[in-house]
Amino acid sequence: MTMATTTALSITGLTKTYSNGFNALKGIDLEVKEGDFFALLGPNGAGKSTTIGIITSLVNKSDGTVKVFDHDLVSDSMEVKRAIGLVPQEFNFNQFEPVEEIVLNQAGYYGVPVSEARERADWALKALGLWDKRRNIARALSGGMKRRLMIARALVHNPKLLILDEPTAGVDIELRRSMWSFLQEVNRMGTTIILTTHYLEEAEQLCRNVAIIDKGAIVTNTSVKQLLATLDRETFILDLSEPVEALPKLECNYPTTLVDPHTIEVEIHRGQNLNKLFCDLEKEGIKVTSMRNKANRLEELFLDLVEKGDGQL
Amino acid sequence: MMSHWQRYRVAFTTIAVKEVRRFSRIWIQTIVPPMITTALYFVIFGQMIGSQLAPIDGMTYMDYIVPGLIMMTIITNSYANVVSSFYGSKFGRFIEELLISPIPPSLILIGYITGGVARGLIVGIMVTLVATFFTDLQVHNIFVVLSVTTLTAILFSMAGFINAVYAKSFDDITLIPTFVLTPLTYLGGIFYSIEMLPGIWHDISLFNPILYMVNTFRYGMLGVSDIDLTLAYGVIFTFIAILYSFCLWLLKSGKGTRS
Repeated sequence: MTMATTTALSITGLTKTYSNGFNALKGIDLEVKEGDFFALLGPNGAGKSTTIGIITSLVNKSDGTVKVFDHDLVSDSMEVKRAIGLVPQEFNFNQFEPVEEIVLNQAGYYGVPVSEARERADWALKALGLWDKRRNIARALSGGMKRRLMIARALVHNPKLLILDEPTAGVDIELRRSMWSFLQEVNRMGTTIILTTHYLEEAEQLCRNVAIIDKGAIVTNTSVKQLLATLDRETFILDLSEPVEALPKLECNYPTTLVDPHTIEVEIHRGQNLNKLFCDLEKEGIKVTSMRNKANRLEELFLDLVEKGDGQL
Repeated sequence: MMSHWQRYRVAFTTIAVKEVRRFSRIWIQTIVPPMITTALYFVIFGQMIGSQLAPIDGMTYMDYIVPGLIMMTIITNSYANVVSSFYGSKFGRFIEELLISPIPPSLILIGYITGGVARGLIVGIMVTLVATFFTDLQVHNIFVVLSVTTLTAILFSMAGFINAVYAKSFDDITLIPTFVLTPLTYLGGIFYSIEMLPGIWHDISLFNPILYMVNTFRYGMLGVSDIDLTLAYGVIFTFIAILYSFCLWLLKSGKGTRS
């Protein structure tokens, strides 16, 4: 993949106040480079969907500017719309139409000629495993299939910027992973992707850059690598082969908790090593059969940032 | 590389075809009922009651009411098509497919109007065919017939669109047809000539826009009208211009479609 040079999305001082007075966005600035796989994270009601709604012309902004590939959302809205493909959070297709018709209609709305639309629709439906269902009424599809249908629909006009709002919500693990590889492939082919998700593992696996939004403001905006580098501690869960009644005092003095007779939780800070911990456990005759992270690393950071609310780690 | 116009042509065709396909798919609910209802009007008002009445403008009562009933069908069906289709797309959120697409609002509107006009005219033709079982139809001026039916269907498609934009529930899309459209249609000179009404009621009737459409159509079919044709076309075009501007403003401002 070639390194990005141009800006796919540029947001400056974006604000949104709804008619009921709710201030959903408080002047956010955001920049996404062309070719990026970008995560927009935040708790419910943080302003993610409002931001996406404004970019895709579904929500009217109160103030600020939005540019997509240098086209202004207000003065050049047709070019902005042409560049974007949207996979919304909720199903927003006619459930009574056949799958193929939904995808072809969307191509038509973007002015794609019928022969080209059919070619693109065939590719998208095959790539997303919907080819056999193309003549079925959309309502008859499973939840996972409906999500894939929305991805196929969003890609049918070959957008330069694909925006996915919680695309894998409610999708089983196997399907989620196959969607991840598909999206990675789409990104490799040159499409810039912006993703909002509640699955932080998803953001860690897929995205190069990340912004965390909370209460209508951007809390942090950096690369996933840099963000993870700021993590100063991790919590591990150790499964024991033999039950222990009480946790002995360990020489390493790492904070430990006995969750149940078969499970210990231990917090490791940056610079500390696990060898010392295992030596101490060995000395106490405690046998560890397996070990895992208590939470996803990004999840810990996310909770820290959102709880502090000031972006300071 | 396609020009803007070529892209817009594809987009417009997509919306129009989708709209026509929508009501064609459910023809048993959209095409057949108006044929049955109008056939009942022909039997009850035209034959049973009409045979007891004196001629109006030299026509039998059956001949007199046929144009009005055809026009009533066009009005209600063009209105119903757009109001149900646009509100349905709002309710199911698939209006978002159009709102995010690079289609000028005017083209979205014209696409929906095309669907409404298509249904209005198709049902109008079907009802006209039904009418041939009851009377010998004549056409006095084909240009007037075609123009006034199309213009009326355009006008009421836009009225249906406005209703759909403001509707917040399925109840709201039946309120206007029940409490406004039906009374105006019945009082629009379908079943009688306004010359038969006493002074004040005659004058009040002149404020009913449907009167101008029904009478123009009746002129096209029978060659008789209570209203001057130039005035009638003037009223119809004025209403179309006002409603079109209003519909366009609604779409551009996002009223009822964007937050």
